[in-house]
Amino acid sequence: MNATPTGPNATGPNATGPNATGDLLRVDNLVVEYPGKGFRAAPFRALDHVSIRIGAGETLGLVGESGSGKTTLGRALLGLAPVSEGSVRFKGEDIGHAGRAKRRALSRDLQVVFQDPYTSLNPSMTVGDILAEPLTVQGRSPADARTRVREVLDQVGLPQDASGRLPREFSGGQRQRVAIARALVLSPKLIVCDEPVSALDLTTQARVLDLFLQIQRDTGVSYLFVSHDLDVVRHISHRVAVMYRGEIVEQGPAAQVTSDPEHPYTQRLLLASPVPDPDRQQVRRANRRRLIEAQAEQDVQAGVAA
Amino acid sequence: MTEPLAAPPKPLNPARSGVFRRLVQNPLGLAALIILAVVVLAGIVGPLVSPFAPNTADLVNALGAPGTAGHLLGTDSAGRDVFSRLLVGAQSTLLAAALAAIVALVVGLPAGLMAGYFGGWFDAVASWCTNVLMSLPAIIILLAASAALGRSVWISMTVFGVLMSPGIFRLTRTSVQAVRGELYVDAARVAGLSTASIIGRHILFVVRAPLIIQTSIVCGIAIAIQAALEFLGLGDPLTPTWGVMLNEGFINIYSSPILAVWPGVAISLTVGSFVVLGNALRDALEDSPKVKRARPIKLRAPQTESISVVDLAESDHLLSVSGLGVGYPQEDGSTKIVVSDVSFHVDRGEVLGIVGESGSGKSQTAFSILGLLPAEAEITRGNITFDGIPLVSAGQGPTGGHRLSQGRLAQLRGKRIAYIPQEPMSNLDPNFTIGYQLVRPLTKVLGLSKADARARALELLTIVGITNPQRTFDAYPHEVSGGMAQRVLIAGAVSCNPDLLIADEPTTALDVTVQAEVLDLLRDLQARFHMGVVLVTHNFGVVADLCDRVVVMQNGRVVESGDVRSILRNPQERYTQTLLSAMLEGKTPMTMLTMPVPDSDVKVGLS
Repeated sequence: MNATPTGPNATGPNATGPNATGDLLRVDNLVVEYPGKGFRAAPFRALDHVSIRIGAGETLGLVGESGSGKTTLGRALLGLAPVSEGSVRFKGEDIGHAGRAKRRALSRDLQVVFQDPYTSLNPSMTVGDILAEPLTVQGRSPADARTRVREVLDQVGLPQDASGRLPREFSGGQRQRVAIARALVLSPKLIVCDEPVSALDLTTQARVLDLFLQIQRDTGVSYLFVSHDLDVVRHISHRVAVMYRGEIVEQGPAAQVTSDPEHPYTQRLLLASPVPDPDRQQVRRANRRRLIEAQAEQDVQAGVAA
Repeated sequence: MTEPLAAPPKPLNPARSGVFRRLVQNPLGLAALIILAVVVLAGIVGPLVSPFAPNTADLVNALGAPGTAGHLLGTDSAGRDVFSRLLVGAQSTLLAAALAAIVALVVGLPAGLMAGYFGGWFDAVASWCTNVLMSLPAIIILLAASAALGRSVWISMTVFGVLMSPGIFRLTRTSVQAVRGELYVDAARVAGLSTASIIGRHILFVVRAPLIIQTSIVCGIAIAIQAALEFLGLGDPLTPTWGVMLNEGFINIYSSPILAVWPGVAISLTVGSFVVLGNALRDALEDSPKVKRARPIKLRAPQTESISVVDLAESDHLLSVSGLGVGYPQEDGSTKIVVSDVSFHVDRGEVLGIVGESGSGKSQTAFSILGLLPAEAEITRGNITFDGIPLVSAGQGPTGGHRLSQGRLAQLRGKRIAYIPQEPMSNLDPNFTIGYQLVRPLTKVLGLSKADARARALELLTIVGITNPQRTFDAYPHEVSGGMAQRVLIAGAVSCNPDLLIADEPTTALDVTVQAEVLDLLRDLQARFHMGVVLVTHNFGVVADLCDRVVVMQNGRVVESGDVRSILRNPQERYTQTLLSAMLEGKTPMTMLTMPVPDSDVKVGLS
């Protein structure tokens, strides 16, 4: 398996190769710190000199365990986490410290889908109002907004009468479609997807992943796809970055990182995910045990050498 | 592509109309509404329709009894018509109460919104001011204010409004803090909404309901306080209010005691109505309709005996479930069936996986075995037998369900049947150390001495692979990670050498690497204690890792069951095939998963 994407996307812009001129997003040495708890406590460093870039039409998968800082990176791009050092450049412009007006302009190009479809939609607003809100903020007329809402409902596979209903009338998968539709209404260039399928059932996850792929083929949007699941990231990403304790420890073409990883953590991650066959899983389990023992031995030797 | 819409189309905005309907259906709420409507109407049209001017003195008929000279409720010491004064008094009384409520809202609401949303120094300063205000004795401040600023009802109600504002402030602040971190507020920030629109569109709605209730109660209190002040003689004697009338009645209590009754009744009814309305609103907004149902009479159906005999005869299984049905009675009298006709068995030393998506009834089935179904749930039919002991044996009909008494179940739970939950953190009590939570069941259930229990708990923590058991023993739940907490719960579950372990999605909330460790641990413990295990999961990887046999469930029914290899490699039912084809492992990246997949695309047995 090589790094070239299959499907219609392969005919699009060269999405996998380093594309110095066409980088949509470029994050350099980003540091995010939160004030420590207690008087004069040292600040907590959630991200430590993180650098990523995402080209147009490209998906960067960001994988890591809980607390590794992967969600914080997405939030920093969206202006929801404080940038302490480093730069976040979107279309060549520094957006690390963008104000509210700048954010409003930016929201046309930069959108988000959150993990939890139950708390990311205001329970008291109808789906139509939720989807129209970003449009009216941008100064679009109500009639205009209604037309666009109908379009995106179609695009995410929801019925037209969804507009008049409240979020609680929908299942988890359908709510996530509403959240995706909200991210799409402004036709953004980049969508930060923060664990968008983690709360979904397997078959619903498959349908929503299909939807993400279809939207990318149709619109050429880029994704920063945050997930803890290596299988999901492998399936949807052109390139993959692995995050471990606030740092990116490995970054490269999806096929390489997810099948032949270099970093010990990624290797452990790869073998930790169980496969749906008892005998293959037994082999994988044995491999994983060997790997962990080998890594422990290396650590001991490194400790002796140091 | 589209999931079927679960709910039939409902009328628009069911919430709002529902609230009003529930309010009107509550007899107390309806009565309060009617009384308040009458009082408000009196306040509006009173001055126009009152038979006499409120301050016209008819000295000839002073202190007249009700009915004298056309005075419906009589006259006071100056010969003024009581009924007219009562009508006109409604207006000033209501306006004064409204003034107090408005002042309280104007001071408390914006401050509460800002303190809740922004926090920081504003919150600190505002909360400090609130604490000072709340520590002031209201009646003394009001007396001082009326002495210093004059005997105007408007001044005293403004002051009172300020004194009531901390209640509004605190309520608003708490409600805002609860939703400030919600993802939809983040989404609004990403959309570029200004802070004012976020508060106006997304946050104000949340505080709306509690504020309406609080305001209703503030109005009631304001009327009572206003009456009290005027009763003490601090009102403006020229303004006809209920409090002034009460004062007048008190002065003449010996000559004409009935004079105090009329304003007293008006004040009590109005204040009471405001408070009752507040309560009724809260009930209408917060309580979902309660399902009324007759508790089924718990009778052992006559044929149960024979069923048990049959079961016992073939029951060399550790656990056998046959024909199990679970339902939830609905408001309209019907029963919503969530599990129907589920049968399976587990032997000693065997791991059974129950696989299905959310809503498939897999957890309900597991809870039925444990006897931990919610109180509203009903076992409609079927039998559950554990090691020859009937846990559930049902009669026929839909309400003839019978459960083992909780007492006998409790003896089995924690001794012979153990349970591992999905959310490790919410299953540990944050108030107690982990050690305490492990030791207590050991002393209570197994009857060990404290020292023995402590030693056993430390041993158990070592068994579940915790490297520094003493430190974990002394720790509080918030001081350990999710994986560690799950290990602790597993330690607790196996502390009594159970015969049967029921694990409900034990690794779903954990990271993949931690999941692998917990699965290893479960496998080791299962072999070590030779337990039967029921593992509820949605993950076929977990099934492949641990299970011997599999039951696939959909919509409360068993779709397919059998040996793990045959189900995973050669599923017969379409639903099982769909579930397996949704697995990402072995799929070509960037391809569609739910398009009609030719069989050759499903790689099995490779890699």
